[in-house]
Amino acid sequence: MSAMPQGTHLGMPVSIDDLDRENLAYFRSCAEGVFRLQRGRQSGLLRYPPTTACPWTGDREYDWVEVEPRGAVYSYAEVHHAIQPSFREHSPYLVLLVELDTQRGEPTEHEALRIVGNLVTADGALAPPEVVAQVGIGTRVRMVFNPVSDDIAIPQWTIDETVEQPVPWRYPE
Amino acid sequence: MTDIDGTSPPYLRNRYAIAGIGETTYQRGYAPGEERTTRSLATWAVGNAMADAGLTAADVDGMLSYSGNDSTFSPFVAGDLGIRLNFYMDCFGGGSSTEALIGIAMGVIEAGMCDTVAVFRSMNGFSQVRIGGTGARAAAPVSGDALHGRAYGWGSAGQMFAPTFMRHMYEYGTTPEQVAAVKVAHSRHASNNPKAFYRQRVTVDDVVNSRMVCKPLHLLDCCVETDNATCVIVTSAERARDMRQPLVTIRSVVGRCSKPRLDMHYQHGPITRVAGYYAKDILWPNAGVGPDEIDITGSYDAFTFTTMLQLEDYGFCAKGEGGDYVSSGIIELGGGRPNNTSGGHLCEGYTHGMSMVIENVRQLRHDIDDSCPAGPDGRRQHTYDYSEGGCRQVRDPELTANLGWAMPATGSALVMQKGW
Repeated sequence: MSAMPQGTHLGMPVSIDDLDRENLAYFRSCAEGVFRLQRGRQSGLLRYPPTTACPWTGDREYDWVEVEPRGAVYSYAEVHHAIQPSFREHSPYLVLLVELDTQRGEPTEHEALRIVGNLVTADGALAPPEVVAQVGIGTRVRMVFNPVSDDIAIPQWTIDETVEQPVPWRYPE
Repeated sequence: MTDIDGTSPPYLRNRYAIAGIGETTYQRGYAPGEERTTRSLATWAVGNAMADAGLTAADVDGMLSYSGNDSTFSPFVAGDLGIRLNFYMDCFGGGSSTEALIGIAMGVIEAGMCDTVAVFRSMNGFSQVRIGGTGARAAAPVSGDALHGRAYGWGSAGQMFAPTFMRHMYEYGTTPEQVAAVKVAHSRHASNNPKAFYRQRVTVDDVVNSRMVCKPLHLLDCCVETDNATCVIVTSAERARDMRQPLVTIRSVVGRCSKPRLDMHYQHGPITRVAGYYAKDILWPNAGVGPDEIDITGSYDAFTFTTMLQLEDYGFCAKGEGGDYVSSGIIELGGGRPNNTSGGHLCEGYTHGMSMVIENVRQLRHDIDDSCPAGPDGRRQHTYDYSEGGCRQVRDPELTANLGWAMPATGSALVMQKGW
């Protein structure tokens, strides 16, 4: 398999030819603007990230299901010292772990669909410092998509302006 | 010593030993012309461990190593030292590998595959391949599973672990100042360790005022990157008893025990829970002792937070009380249960865990390499004065626990004992 870059994200070369078919379908769906996850036939449970088998049953049969791409920030990293050159001019930037409203606390109390993404503006640019400073644990967010190539996009998160925001928990300043 | 659970199977308790330990210097870069390859570093560390144990090339017939595609391999090191191997394996991995490979060494010896195994880790962690993914690797294309990680600027250890650390602050009210106490303690230990890379004592203010790298991690919450190699030699307690050093035996070992959903462990909470939550149920029953009986801990300090989280989940304090525990003074030399008396990865040098096992072997031999004066028998006369530049030998320790860390979801552990 070659590893020639076939897309770009924030100026970084992205190679998609070593993605398995499940991940390829996932990112293609994102490019269509629809967030879909696999639902295992035996378990009836949605899973993230895409995998060949169901983490709860090992079942390899599944259906793609459209999922409401909204949730609350569960935890986060606020990166001040960027390592990848593409991120340096955007520091500090946030890596969010967002807990979806869908399937929260299932199949056991502490399990949930927790989706990774950066905090971005509504048009998909990495959030500027004054927006980063507003977001913490509890912030309500909705998904937007960053195109990587003609038919691949990755999910990102932006502040959900359609709901009343709780006061988030942030690292003490 | 009494067993906490008389019904648990003791497995190989006290039947294997760490017979030799070896290191190179812990350094950060080389003077021009003084550079060393990982092969050269490993050859020195393994050779030093053999000398420590009083072994010749004919006495070592097994070799194990671990790396992240950043190191030499056993055949080169064995060849350089004239060792003919009956068994070797070079494994992929970083933190948590030391204890896991000690367990594998016990297994292959028990299986009759060989008698004595040198386990090494050799890395130019500053000069060549830096663990954080800095340098040339930072600009590498994003591909495959990395689309769920590095594409988001989420790739270094600090970046990947931060959600665990942040959630712990949120759920339990853990403060930056409490966690900074880990660095303070380890810096005090390092000040009494002539071979430590950073020997200057620091304060809580120094830590929380150092520049922010990745919230909640300040620069001084993060370990150092260094160039070095380390080695431990594993053999049966029967053989080790006749070797050069005081006997240090293994009571229990756990290797790369993990949380569920290892592919993306944040799916399965509580995310403030680390692998020690599961590993403790193997470690303590097999050891036949519990945390209260441990004299010294070696809780992996890739970051200040990793030390704290593991001490909690292995039961040295209640869940959520790690901040109080590490800031209470108990983890300092002179405290009730010091942690990483060498200064650890935060201060001594970075070896992906092996140096912390080496330090505890020295403690159990009662032969810490500090600046205490030598007596008439040539051995150091420890003063137990832990002020700067002084002693770092704990008084008569019997039991140590190493808690190795790969990431929040994977860890290894090792309980060692003086004698058997």
